[in-house]
Amino acid sequence: MAPLLEVRDLRIHFPTDDGLVKSVDGVSFSLERGRTLGIVGESGSGKSVTSLGIMGLHHGKAQITGEIRLDGEELAHADQARVRELRGAKMAMIFQDPLSSLHPYYRVGDQIVEAYRIHHPQATRKQARQRAIDMLDRVGIPQPAVRAEDYPHQFSGGMRQRVMIAMALCNDPELLIADEPTTALDVTVQAQILDLISELQAEFGSAVIIITHDLGVVAELADDILVMYAGRLAEYGPGADIFGQPGHPYTWGLLASMPRLDRERQTRLVPIPGTPPSLIQVPPGCPFHPRCRYTALTGGRCQTEVPVLRAAVTRGHATACHLTAAQTARERAALSAGQVPAGAGEPDAREPVLPGGVET
Amino acid sequence: MITFILRRLIAAVFLLVVVSMVIFSIFFLLPKLGGQTNYGLATQYVGRNPTRAAVLQMEAALGLDKPVYQQYWDYLRAIVVGEHYGTGVTSVYCPPPCFGYSFRNQQPVWPMMVSSIPVTVSLAFGAAVLWLAGGIAIGVVSALKRGSIIDRLSMTIALAGVSLPIFFTGLVSLALFSYKWPIFPNVQFVPLTQNPALWARNLVLPWVTLAFLYAALYARLTRAGMLETMGEDYIRTARAKGLPERTVICKHGLRAALTPIVTIFGLDLGLLLGGAVLTEYTFSLHGLGLFTIEAVQNQDFPEVMGVVMLASFFIVIANLVVDVLYAVLDPRVRY
Repeated sequence: MAPLLEVRDLRIHFPTDDGLVKSVDGVSFSLERGRTLGIVGESGSGKSVTSLGIMGLHHGKAQITGEIRLDGEELAHADQARVRELRGAKMAMIFQDPLSSLHPYYRVGDQIVEAYRIHHPQATRKQARQRAIDMLDRVGIPQPAVRAEDYPHQFSGGMRQRVMIAMALCNDPELLIADEPTTALDVTVQAQILDLISELQAEFGSAVIIITHDLGVVAELADDILVMYAGRLAEYGPGADIFGQPGHPYTWGLLASMPRLDRERQTRLVPIPGTPPSLIQVPPGCPFHPRCRYTALTGGRCQTEVPVLRAAVTRGHATACHLTAAQTARERAALSAGQVPAGAGEPDAREPVLPGGVET
Repeated sequence: MITFILRRLIAAVFLLVVVSMVIFSIFFLLPKLGGQTNYGLATQYVGRNPTRAAVLQMEAALGLDKPVYQQYWDYLRAIVVGEHYGTGVTSVYCPPPCFGYSFRNQQPVWPMMVSSIPVTVSLAFGAAVLWLAGGIAIGVVSALKRGSIIDRLSMTIALAGVSLPIFFTGLVSLALFSYKWPIFPNVQFVPLTQNPALWARNLVLPWVTLAFLYAALYARLTRAGMLETMGEDYIRTARAKGLPERTVICKHGLRAALTPIVTIFGLDLGLLLGGAVLTEYTFSLHGLGLFTIEAVQNQDFPEVMGVVMLASFFIVIANLVVDVLYAVLDPRVRY
């Protein structure tokens, strides 16, 4: 069976006064029903733009090339009206900040009713209302019939995100995109929301894309993980491989900068030096090379040649890096042994100038 | 909600009392503090070339020899029960609500004021309908087509509308449409109850003139508000639900952008009900604005006091309505 979502060589560019912002530059992946894909990267790596691109929610100015196939149907160049029909029905999205994402002037019940009725025009108000209450109940909001009459500001952050999830799932979408669903929430609530998402995924059988900058979020949930950097894929593979045998120095950096309890206090957090590059003037060669510690090992290829995504040792795991498989294995072993990178030490001092990454 | 409105009502009454104190002080207390004698004060109520006897009589009639708080109390009481000024043959009666007696016109202030209210109300409400419809529509279109020819053109016109004074646009419109091409000849107020068609026709020029200024203001406000709200996260959510763009704009965008505009609208309307001074003067409409100008020119203090009280009443009421409306429109304000 064909995958539910197939993205091929997706490019989303925004013309601005300063130049062309290449927010997404050649991204390909696919997602089967019932599975979860985690998209990981720093701010401005293009992960949110990718998801908005799938939903057709980018501004009119965006230039999109490549293919987005949802259940075999091409969306990237489809009629806007057709994409609108699918939006909210076959694919739904929840956002980072549930307070600003819910309309402050409408009761949450009415907001869910609106989402339901637009895709079920034959449903009566009463049916839609019942559906809204059922959904609120399903996402764990106590007294759903009463709370449906409340406004978003009367809910706590976690409850608001539950409302968002209820709204997104009320039309039984086959694809759910969660863009940083827990970033704005208390740490104690984050796990509840993530549990809820995976629980509902099992129940509704939908495919889920979770976008996050926090590897911890996807560690448990995601079947596959896609690491993005500067609008391109750095690494793509099954979650177990990404955590067990990461193949890209950027992924190593992300893992090292994650708080962990099993390490000594001094060495616990290792930041990635430098800042994400400008998406207008992406560094030549590998976009990560100005921040990479291993560029000396490749004889200058990092600075001149754009690395292509190529298969790593295990099946389905691919890395866009010039290091050879042997080099990768050696450096990874050295890293996990807690040693200083054997390669070249400090990365290039040259930091990208120009405006910072574009976050949408 | 009820307690909210009650609280606001009480506050409004209190505010009106304070306003009346301030106005009373300006006319009766401040001159005294500035060294004005009761005799001097009374002189100003008697007309030109007063005799000494007339001034003394006026002093007594106004009760200027009484303590100030007593005078203020009399002033308030007159509003409720009316007042007799002076004694004997020269005594004049001012029926309630008595907002003072104009000795120059030999008439109580209130009936004179009341007769000019319909003019001002007709002018203000008619213009308000025009400027709300025009201003908001232009503002929304400009915001959605930001940077386009339509946007630039309408914002240029809006800038002109804000900058050009009423007495310029009003006179130009009179010169063109009443004199050169007499589409609206002989602009004068005809009561609505008497002849609705003529009422509307004669008010078209003043309405358009006044609305042009406010529409320009509201177009800019709406445009700014729409640009802000259309960038909000909840607009993205509305689109993510799959709503048609029209619903996204009107139900989600405009709804939020309009809330602050309603507030400003209430205050503007309240202010206008106190008299659209320039417009009424330009078109010789005998509304509260023209009444005020004439009162000031004649130095008819009771009239000035009365019209200031009435204008502040309108503004306080407008404020009250706006507060309540805001709570209705924005659920976050309610409790």
